[in-house]
Amino acid sequence: MGSSNSMPEEIQELADKTGFTLEQIEHLHRRFKQISGDQPTIRKESFDRIPDLEFNPIRSKIVRAFFDKRNLRQASVGLTDEINFEDFLTIMSYFRPIEMNMDEEQLDHFRKEKLKFLFHMYDSDNDGKITLHEYRKVVEELLSGNPHLEKESARSIADGAMMEAASICVGQMEPDQVYEGITFEDFLKMWQGIDIDTKMHVRFLNMEPIAHCH
Amino acid sequence: MLTSEPPYRDPAVLSAIEPGDVTAAPPDVSQEIRPLTNHSSPGHSKPRKAFPVLGIDYTHVRIPFEISLWILLACLMKLGFHVIPSVSNIVPESCLLIVVGLLVGGLIKGVGESPPILKSDIFFLFLLPPIILDAGYFLPLRQFTENLGTILIFAVVGTLWNAFFLGGLMYAVCQISGTGLNHIGLLANLLFGSIISAVDPVAVLAVFEEIHINELLHILVFGESLLNDAVTVVLYHLFEEYANFDQVTVTDIVLGFLSFFVVSLGGVFVGVVYGVIAAFTSRFTSHIRVIEPLFVFLYSYMAYLSAELFHLSGIMALIASGVVMRPYVEANISHKSHTTIKYFLKMWSSVSETLIFIFLGVSTVAGQHYWNWTFVISTLIFCLIARVLGVLGLTWFINKFRIVKLTPKDQFIIAYGGLRGAIAFSLGYLLDYEHFGMRDMFLTAIITVIFFTVFVQGMTIRPLVDLLAVKKKQETKRSINEEIHTQFLDHLLTGIEDICGHYGHHHWKDKLNRFNKKYMKKCLIAGERSKEPQLIAFYHKMEMKQAIELVESGGLGKIPSAISTVSMQNINPKALPVERILPALSKDKEEEIRKILRNNLQKTRQRLRSYNRHTLVADPYEEAWNQMLLRRQKARQLEQKMNNFLTVPSHKLDSPTMSRARIGSDPLAYEPKSDSENLPIITIDPASPQSPESVDLVNEELKGMSRLPPSPEEEEEEGLVMHVKESSSPGTDDVFTPGAGDSPSNQRMMRCLSDPGPRPAPEEGEPFIPKGQ
Repeated sequence: MGSSNSMPEEIQELADKTGFTLEQIEHLHRRFKQISGDQPTIRKESFDRIPDLEFNPIRSKIVRAFFDKRNLRQASVGLTDEINFEDFLTIMSYFRPIEMNMDEEQLDHFRKEKLKFLFHMYDSDNDGKITLHEYRKVVEELLSGNPHLEKESARSIADGAMMEAASICVGQMEPDQVYEGITFEDFLKMWQGIDIDTKMHVRFLNMEPIAHCH
Repeated sequence: MLTSEPPYRDPAVLSAIEPGDVTAAPPDVSQEIRPLTNHSSPGHSKPRKAFPVLGIDYTHVRIPFEISLWILLACLMKLGFHVIPSVSNIVPESCLLIVVGLLVGGLIKGVGESPPILKSDIFFLFLLPPIILDAGYFLPLRQFTENLGTILIFAVVGTLWNAFFLGGLMYAVCQISGTGLNHIGLLANLLFGSIISAVDPVAVLAVFEEIHINELLHILVFGESLLNDAVTVVLYHLFEEYANFDQVTVTDIVLGFLSFFVVSLGGVFVGVVYGVIAAFTSRFTSHIRVIEPLFVFLYSYMAYLSAELFHLSGIMALIASGVVMRPYVEANISHKSHTTIKYFLKMWSSVSETLIFIFLGVSTVAGQHYWNWTFVISTLIFCLIARVLGVLGLTWFINKFRIVKLTPKDQFIIAYGGLRGAIAFSLGYLLDYEHFGMRDMFLTAIITVIFFTVFVQGMTIRPLVDLLAVKKKQETKRSINEEIHTQFLDHLLTGIEDICGHYGHHHWKDKLNRFNKKYMKKCLIAGERSKEPQLIAFYHKMEMKQAIELVESGGLGKIPSAISTVSMQNINPKALPVERILPALSKDKEEEIRKILRNNLQKTRQRLRSYNRHTLVADPYEEAWNQMLLRRQKARQLEQKMNNFLTVPSHKLDSPTMSRARIGSDPLAYEPKSDSENLPIITIDPASPQSPESVDLVNEELKGMSRLPPSPEEEEEEGLVMHVKESSSPGTDDVFTPGAGDSPSNQRMMRCLSDPGPRPAPEEGEPFIPKGQ
């Protein structure tokens, strides 16, 4: 969809599939073109054009999430090399705010989708659970903005968090029981206290174009 | 105004009263005996009085005495209410306190005295600031900023609407002939409207605290009650100035509009300045921890007074200073100071609140009232109508912009929670008689509205909340997982916003955080903590809290289950690849041994605890001490590298005797490493637990190790240096012998002799008990 005269039917199709309004799709399309430099697809390197992303400690995970096949609702696993506008919209649709006209079931499904997106970001090796190693990596990345910090601090935090998760999800454990990792169900349990529906959203109402794009 | 209240409240007046002036003192003051000082006799012709052994001088202590009596009364009342739980479940405390005030006022009046009225000065300068500071310092900032738009709209537009609607309608009512109210002009009515329309933070706090409503509603109503102070101040001064001119020009309106911004933003600015100064001061208090809380209180109070000095909004200054100084001050001050601040603020605000409500009751009895049915009833009705209409209209407007819409249930609670309180009363009290002859009528109406909202609305809000099944506050403990997830989500959303090019909420918050980290923290936080990221600080805080909980509970009580059963073994049982030990310094070897020992000792200690509690008679203090050491040990262990040279997996626990036997009899369990010449060999004689002989054995072995070059840390070496204790007898866990080396591992070493050690899996490398002893 690199051409500027986009067909209304295609847009309507996209709107139905992803749930965005026509206006939002127009906005996002403009943005997509800016990121991709008018190419039909974007690659990982295209995200370097966004200067503000530099400061983000979990930058690599975010960029990776765009190319994660599980998020793109494809059958296989792994990373794809480039994504087109439809894929871009699919990823963005995870961040739609909830709407008043959703019923309980839709809300629940929506919520699970968002949490699954998050889960995939933590679980980098696609094995369905977040192991201690992966969790440590997450914490290390979160703290990566502080270069002088020792790795041990990140590790001890991750260890403590993992122990807490184990005790929440499994309860009392015998000394020789092993807690493999956080599965998706456990993940859901941990997020019960935090209201994901209201937090994980971005307003798509008005967006400003990037002022500079090399 | 001196005629309407007793002079004792006013120190200036009292000082004018001579000490011997009995008429100014209450009747229970008896004679004062001033030995020798007042005698104006020229010579010794006056008969000498006997030296007074006992005398009474009441006026000397009168003011502090009476103030203390009032405060004591307030505290005793609070105590009393909680002794009778059934009453406090139905009736909110504020109502009970007003009733007490009424009774006390009636009592004083019955005695013949004129009861004191809540003077506005006392209220605004002494009683109100602690409550506001308490609210501001502990403001849940996250929810507050998320809902700031909504809160501001309710506070500003809502209060304006209330004031004008009410004022206008009351003016219309006053114009009705036959009510006798024709003399009240439009501006006077508007003034009245502006006084009565503001939602009162004290009343809201008092009632909402008890119903535990969900955080969103709480912060909406409470935030509104705090931020509408600016509007109230501006409106009040505007109308008070011009009420007698009966005409307001356009210039005045424009100026009033401008002054609103000056008042509110100026107040915030003053608060921020004082907050930053306080944070900066706290950076240097590391040597005098005792006065740290005082800085917080004084700077905040100065912010309030400075704002009041310039007719700016004192409440907003107080809130701003509390909010600004808190993160930096908390990073700088000691834990005890933090607790002190918390408790002092809670104490003062609690006492203030109690006093305010009691005095409201007393003032009702004491004041002069002028009851006009029309005026009062119509005020009441229009207040309610104005509030409901205002909330409905504003919510309809706000919901267009909110992600989480406000449901009708929410709207009802917000409207119903608009309580009026002592601020309205004090503002009304400030009016002077010369310009406002109908002041008494105003006060009567104000008091009626206050009583109605506090009694009727305050009492019924709790059953209504239950009836409507409004979401209540969830008592969730902050966990490290939540913190990680929340931060992760924040960064994720910021990233997505950047990708979309949308400069939204998260983008600006992130920018503010970065600015904060780069500049503010460096200036305002002392030492190393300035660079500490939020996650680490949170983690330390939690660990500290848990450790303190453990010690406080005496170690015998319930240990947080998250810690006691789930240990590192459960989540990381796989041995990390054994690193080939390079020919390293023996210091490293010592480290290894130490770690291994600690690992094992700690685990076995953990398990043995369950036996200790039931079988042995444990000294409770010692138990707590052990727990504390255990916890600290665990914390230290967590901070060490997990790339231990050995991760010894646990095994099923046998009885202690069995395990001991096994170690003794299994020579093949442990093999020394071939290249470990430098490895200090520790021989453990399992036969006699804790006998001095076994200690000697170990010691001698170590002393004989000439291959162990002395390293500087051997002096305070925690694992390998053993002091022989002559006085130890088998079976005692003698923790407190002085000079036994007070390092925890030392003591654990002692216990090692009686504790079983776990067996390493066959594929493990590093042993620690040599084969064949």
